[in-house]
Amino acid sequence: MSTEEREKQNSSERQTRRAVSDRRVEGVTQPIAPAVEAARQVELTINGQAVEAWEGMTLLQAAQSVGISIPTLCHHKELSTYGACRLCSVEVIRGRRSRIVASCIYPVEDGIEVLTESEKVAKHRKIILELIQARWPWVDKELLEKYGAQPGRFEEKTDFCILCGLCVRYCTEVKKANCLGFVGRGAERQIVIYPERAIEMCPTCEGGNMGCRSVCPTGTMPNEFAHTGPRFGKKLPLAYPVKSYSEDNVREVLHTVGDWRMPWVRSQTMPGK
Amino acid sequence: MPKLKSLLDLEELRKGIIASKDPSKQCITICSGTGCHAYASEKVADTFASELEQQGLSEKIDLRRTGCHGFCERGPIVVIFPDEICYLSVKPDDVSEIVSETLVGKKIIERLLYVGDDGKPITHENDIPFYKHQIRLVFGDNRLINPQSIEDYIGLGGYEALGKVLFEMTPEDVIEVVKKANLRGRGGGGFPAGIKWETTRNAPGDAKYVIVNADEGDPGAYMDRSLLEGNPHSVLEGLMIGAYAIGANQGYIYVRQEYPLAVENVGVAIEQMREYGLLGEKILGTGFDFDVIVHRGAGAFVSGESSALMTAIEGRVGEPRPKYIRTAVSGIHGRPSNLNNVETWSNVPLIIKHGAKWFGGIGTEGSKGTKIFSLVGKVNNTGLVEVPMGMPLRDIIYNIGGGIRGDKKFKAVQTGGPSGGVIPESLLNLPVDFDELSKAGSMMGSGGMIVMDEDTCVVDVARYFLDFLADESCGKCIPCREGIQQMLVVLNRICEGTGREEDLDTLADLGDMMRDCALCALGQSAPNPVLSTIQYFKEEYEEHIQNHRCPAGVCKELINYYIDPEKCQACMICMRNCPVGAIDGGKNIVHVVIQEKCTKCGTCLEVCPPRFGAVSKLSGVEIPEAAAGGIKVR
Ligand SMILES: Cc1cc2nc3c(=O)[nH]c(=O)nc-3n(C[C@H](O)[C@H](O)[C@H](O)COP(=O)(O)O)c2cc1C
Ligand code: SF4
Ligand code: SF4
Ligand code: FES
Ligand code: FES
Repeated sequence: MSTEEREKQNSSERQTRRAVSDRRVEGVTQPIAPAVEAARQVELTINGQAVEAWEGMTLLQAAQSVGISIPTLCHHKELSTYGACRLCSVEVIRGRRSRIVASCIYPVEDGIEVLTESEKVAKHRKIILELIQARWPWVDKELLEKYGAQPGRFEEKTDFCILCGLCVRYCTEVKKANCLGFVGRGAERQIVIYPERAIEMCPTCEGGNMGCRSVCPTGTMPNEFAHTGPRFGKKLPLAYPVKSYSEDNVREVLHTVGDWRMPWVRSQTMPGK
Repeated sequence: MPKLKSLLDLEELRKGIIASKDPSKQCITICSGTGCHAYASEKVADTFASELEQQGLSEKIDLRRTGCHGFCERGPIVVIFPDEICYLSVKPDDVSEIVSETLVGKKIIERLLYVGDDGKPITHENDIPFYKHQIRLVFGDNRLINPQSIEDYIGLGGYEALGKVLFEMTPEDVIEVVKKANLRGRGGGGFPAGIKWETTRNAPGDAKYVIVNADEGDPGAYMDRSLLEGNPHSVLEGLMIGAYAIGANQGYIYVRQEYPLAVENVGVAIEQMREYGLLGEKILGTGFDFDVIVHRGAGAFVSGESSALMTAIEGRVGEPRPKYIRTAVSGIHGRPSNLNNVETWSNVPLIIKHGAKWFGGIGTEGSKGTKIFSLVGKVNNTGLVEVPMGMPLRDIIYNIGGGIRGDKKFKAVQTGGPSGGVIPESLLNLPVDFDELSKAGSMMGSGGMIVMDEDTCVVDVARYFLDFLADESCGKCIPCREGIQQMLVVLNRICEGTGREEDLDTLADLGDMMRDCALCALGQSAPNPVLSTIQYFKEEYEEHIQNHRCPAGVCKELINYYIDPEKCQACMICMRNCPVGAIDGGKNIVHVVIQEKCTKCGTCLEVCPPRFGAVSKLSGVEIPEAAAGGIKVR
């Protein structure tokens, strides 16, 4: 092996190590990248640029490792993958076959060509943004403009929650508190809080600040997510991660849970109500 | 029951069963499938039993309750062997006559026979046009066996294929045969079963699973149900052969809770297999161990999707997960898991018994064997039909289905379940197989086939299916959850006459995105009903949008009921029947529909005597002003 090659390998190994160690955060249940020793090197191109990655990395990780950013919404690097928002969709070309995949889950493969901003990707991303905007009208303007999304194209039914499931995964995986979950199917799907658990767990969570707030992309709290994903507006009062509960209900639950200083709940008026 | 410890034991048992049956002995078979059950077939069977008892014939004549024959709308179906006389719509009151006339007196009761188009009665089941054009490889034994009797199954060659596999073939041989036969999955995608088996076999891991998908969530489809109810051992035998080939020792049957008879019959079948030692350890004295667990699903449509189904078996909410790593490699509890549809499994023993070449001789280039369809809608004969792949749609609808009901015109046929597509008249000669249907913008799905006549509005049809899917989407991913909801908003406004110029583009853009981006096949195929109707019936959409006209006269907001003053005879029938009092008129005064009050229930149109025919549906035209003060009937 020439020094140059060795250097190349070392540097990508370093990168992978970083990706791997990044994931090894206390309480995180599902590290994706395998141990460095076992990983095999994979070569692919992203937007025409040759990229070296390790088996087990996702396309998103590989892209990020070379500074290519892909918008994400339901992804958080500390949490298990979920693959629900599809904002991170990219085009993968192998030979003459092209398909659209969610980059936050799709594992890197040898010899594939990835396009993160192809015409098709941009077209689909535009519609996905428009769909999100119809539910949560504070989507980052820059992002909307970049893809030429036309707000108002779809019927607006404003809601707090975009059902990204980050709060649920945070609560389950990091806090292991299991206070949050989903109920319902299709249009009825909602996030619920399980009061019995919440009474027990939430008052002491992150010093009484409810850690799930920090991952919610529809909230106002500047959080780590805001740097990796679409940066959402900051003017909205923080969304409490409960969609199914009526305002009164939420208050009641919170009242039972304890005397928390949560002005965002008191001051919030449900948009659209 | 002695345990079968070798192939010889099985063959001895079979010989014994066959010897105990006298083929010339009379036997009454009564369909006890779910359809006939709904027509009180149990009562018919009980009446037969007591009638035979009373007449002292119980010893001389056998009575057998069988599975579904497919022609459920004419149930309860009674077939009398050995002559195979087929009686339809049999009532308990007919029983004593059948016993004395047909069984004892050897006379045929014409009134209970099928009557052909030419008015001539047909005696034998296989001569009835509905059956005549079918090839019943998978479904055929349903009518011959009692599903709760393993002996009936063994008597017809049951578990012979299993024996052959265990004693004469290596697992690789089995996979090779299934691959060569090119058996494709009957549950949806048509994925080659042999290749999936091979992937599962080669996937690392000791514990592997084989699973039967009997979730069958498509509204109106019931072929898997009928097969599992009517011939559970054929599915179980297929599953065991698959398990052997794949290297699995544990099987699951995922069956929906709403199928009580299927659950019962599968349970009985498994019990009987255990008693004979066909499940458990060292099956037939070989080193092959296998057992099956029945998992009752809670009946969500999306739970039929492979990753959702496996999540449900693990005891969690049945929700799809990203499948870039296939379930064949990482399924239940992260172990290699091979899922196939009921009908797919049921084909396996046939292929092993008769060989890949035989199977390959039936069907088309890319789709081999037969497929069972659930033929429903506006055809004369509805029911379950099994045909060779490649039979033209026209033959299924006209030869088997007997054409369109009530002399109406054919408009379209929807195949593939709720997320299938609609196929127009111009494609009626399409040979039905996996690839041709996909090319036409529809799909095979699990075999739903809904025939629609000229009174159907395709926009309304698309809306109906999207409405179903909106409820059935799991709601996890944005393309599917939000995409379907927004498609519905657009379809609703088109049906209400407030569609916009850009709506067809919006639907196309949404559909494109969903096909590419949705997480699972539900969301990816959800746009099919919309996109295929736009593809073939664009003018009908445009009529709704531009001229506010529903050509089929279905969309309520776009139609008006109108009484032609020239034709009205002032008989006052419609006036008396209108539930909301929206008809003005009187003796000798021409009647008028008060449009503001009318709820468009259509009663007036129904009750107006045909000899007058004064009421009609108008769409997209101005309603002529009624003369003030009423006009006298001429
Ligand atoms: C929403 C959805 C529902 C499905 N429902 C069923 C079903 O009820 N029965 C079935 O056999 N396959 C169903 N499938 C297909 C399965 O995912 C899977 O492809 C099939 O069971 C594999 O078996 P096969 O290869 O033998 O067809 C469904 C797929 C989707 C996306
Ligand atoms: S409350 Fe926030 S974090 Fe939780 S699912 Fe909704 S948008 Fe996502
Ligand atoms: S496509 Fe539909 S059913 Fe499938 S995961 Fe997405 S929301 Fe759920
Ligand atoms: S699906 Fe990848 S970020 Fe949401
Ligand atoms: S249930 Fe009797 S024919 Fe189908």
